[in-house]
Amino acid sequence: MDQHTPTTDNPWLALRSLTPARIALGRSGISLPTSAQLDFQFAHAQARDAVHLPFDHAGLRSQLSDRGRESLLLHSAASDRDQYLQRPDLGRRLNEASVEQLREHVKANPGGVDLAIVVADGLSALAVHRHTLPFLSRFEEQAAADGWTSAPVVLVEQGRVAIADEVGQLLGARMTVMLIGERPGLSSPDSLGLYFTFAPKVGLTDAYRNCISNVRLEGLSYGMAAHRLLYLMREACRRQLSGVNLKDEAEVLSLDSSDPSAKRGNFLLGEQ
Amino acid sequence: MASFVHTVGHLVYRFDSLKEVMAKASPARSGDFLAGVAAENDGERVAAQMALANIPLTHFLSEALIPYEEDEVTRLIIDSHDAEAFAPVSHLTVGGLRDWLLGEQANEDSLRALAPGLTPEMAAAVSKIMRVQDLILVAQKIRVVTQFRGTMGLRGRLSTRLQPNHPTDEPAGIAASILDGLLYGNGDAMIGINPATDSISSICAMLEMLDAIIQRYQIPTQACVLTHVTTSIEAINRGVPLDLVFQSIAGSEAANASFGINLNVLQEGYEAGLSLKRGTVGQNLMYFETGQGSALSANAHHGVDQQTCETRAYAVGRHFKPFLVNTVVGFIGPEYLYNGKQIIRAGLEDHFCGKLLGVPMGCDICYTNHAEADQDDMDTLLTLLGVAGINFIMGIPGSDDIMLNYQTTSFHDALYARQTLGLKPGPEFEAWLERTGIFTQGDGRIRFGDNLPPAFRQALAQLA
Repeated sequence: MDQHTPTTDNPWLALRSLTPARIALGRSGISLPTSAQLDFQFAHAQARDAVHLPFDHAGLRSQLSDRGRESLLLHSAASDRDQYLQRPDLGRRLNEASVEQLREHVKANPGGVDLAIVVADGLSALAVHRHTLPFLSRFEEQAAADGWTSAPVVLVEQGRVAIADEVGQLLGARMTVMLIGERPGLSSPDSLGLYFTFAPKVGLTDAYRNCISNVRLEGLSYGMAAHRLLYLMREACRRQLSGVNLKDEAEVLSLDSSDPSAKRGNFLLGEQ
Repeated sequence: MASFVHTVGHLVYRFDSLKEVMAKASPARSGDFLAGVAAENDGERVAAQMALANIPLTHFLSEALIPYEEDEVTRLIIDSHDAEAFAPVSHLTVGGLRDWLLGEQANEDSLRALAPGLTPEMAAAVSKIMRVQDLILVAQKIRVVTQFRGTMGLRGRLSTRLQPNHPTDEPAGIAASILDGLLYGNGDAMIGINPATDSISSICAMLEMLDAIIQRYQIPTQACVLTHVTTSIEAINRGVPLDLVFQSIAGSEAANASFGINLNVLQEGYEAGLSLKRGTVGQNLMYFETGQGSALSANAHHGVDQQTCETRAYAVGRHFKPFLVNTVVGFIGPEYLYNGKQIIRAGLEDHFCGKLLGVPMGCDICYTNHAEADQDDMDTLLTLLGVAGINFIMGIPGSDDIMLNYQTTSFHDALYARQTLGLKPGPEFEAWLERTGIFTQGDGRIRFGDNLPPAFRQALAQLA
């Protein structure tokens, strides 16, 4: 116990090694000790800041350009963050100017492409700022090895997942891959989500998409995420579909090593 | 379909159906704007409340908001309506019902008798013309007591669901959160895990583990793994020990279909649970979760406002004599409940409407990081629901659910509510806490024991 503060520590601190949950926080009376209380507030503040951080599309475009990658900047029908948060329907569609911009692009670059990569701020621009470049450099290298052609990277402000399908449809893309900032958790303000659709078009539901979640330094690695995504894409091309029906087989194939159902002992149920 | 006209001074307001009056009378919330059913402005909202207050309760029995022929929830509501129980208020309007509920004739006994006589739409309607203090005052009169291995809902008690979620369902990680919660006096409502994976083998392993922990430490509580009802049935068929049967439910047949359920499937789940006869003091064993906005998010709201849809879910719930029903109020996000103000009001409405209908209500007092809400809002709702006499709340380590990525009430929060409001855990669990020496509670004050209970000390020693 810290002799200088009137808090009571918990003698089960060792359990912290077993879970990232906020256990054994101790107590002041019956309440949270000051340090635990402020740690929480800071984590929440970081998550809030991630939600409201503006999408630095200019920075991202210049980084893409440094890598010799073209990009387009579009905007959803949600005019600002406030409207975005309350009107998910508007975040799923492009605004009129963006639709026109894509039509012009296709006029100048006819013939369609295999792959449209869409990057949207979603609920955490922080995730997109941190992970887009390193992930894409892993992913695109392997995608190119598969011989797939790509449209310029499409950046969308105030975008939700489904907007990638509209982009893909307008670009005449066979597949879309969306990189989007996921809803920040307290301990994960920068988690990136990947969504994949085969034969994208407006109006598809989640059942037609595959999701790879939690791409961040403390979560799924760039390499593993790229590996899973490419697996899905190859299977999708072979079977001409994506979503629930594709997921089933892919999961069966990747289940072996990490099934937590394996009955393992735990300290509460050890020898008496 | 009736139309309703209300005149205030020289202003004439017209509403084309009961559904429209109800929706426009709803206190403002983002989900009703998203659905396009909200009042145009504040004036129209209050005019709709005035119109609603004048509608006789009997009218609700003749104009269904979602057609009887199209919706099995409507059929359940109409077919199970108890005219005899309704009799004491059958002459009243919605406004008259509010006055009746606030008056002395409405007490614990008369309200218990009234519950089967009220439809969810009547409950929702009266809630729309009630202020926060009305919702608390009336709910506080009502007790809905249920039992399995412990007793929930007694006056002066506040129970907690210990929610030891883990991002990969790691057994030792789950056990660590369970022990933390138990040592903070949480877990009498249930130890209830939201699994990260939905594979049947993983679900069964978790159920076996919870059963073993409850037996080893003789904890008077019940276990639940929140998986689809059909998965629970499968687990029961495999001979796995299962206490509470969980399912998310909503207020329309189409919304329930989007969850992959209907009333028959729920009945099967209920009967499968009963067949195990695992309750010791009672056999209430269904555990339902609900939340405003679920019908709209499934595009299955039929133009009905989200609070009325939610209340209809309680008609589904009460049909199966549930152990507990939990409105997960702030989980769904700001497109349905935008900020702390909307979440707080919704939580109190849900608790009031559920209790009025005879449902053992609890609330997951919670928010997500993209809602305009914070810990202060949750403290406010927790305090108000504690005063209102809520049956149970969640208890998790440090308010941070590391699997579902949202914030709900913590083990410490439950102790705050218990100490400030003089509330105790359920009687069986209270006795267990005293017996093990975790803590005692007298005169409202919580006094922790000086030492760890020997059985848990032994378990911890294995980690060394």
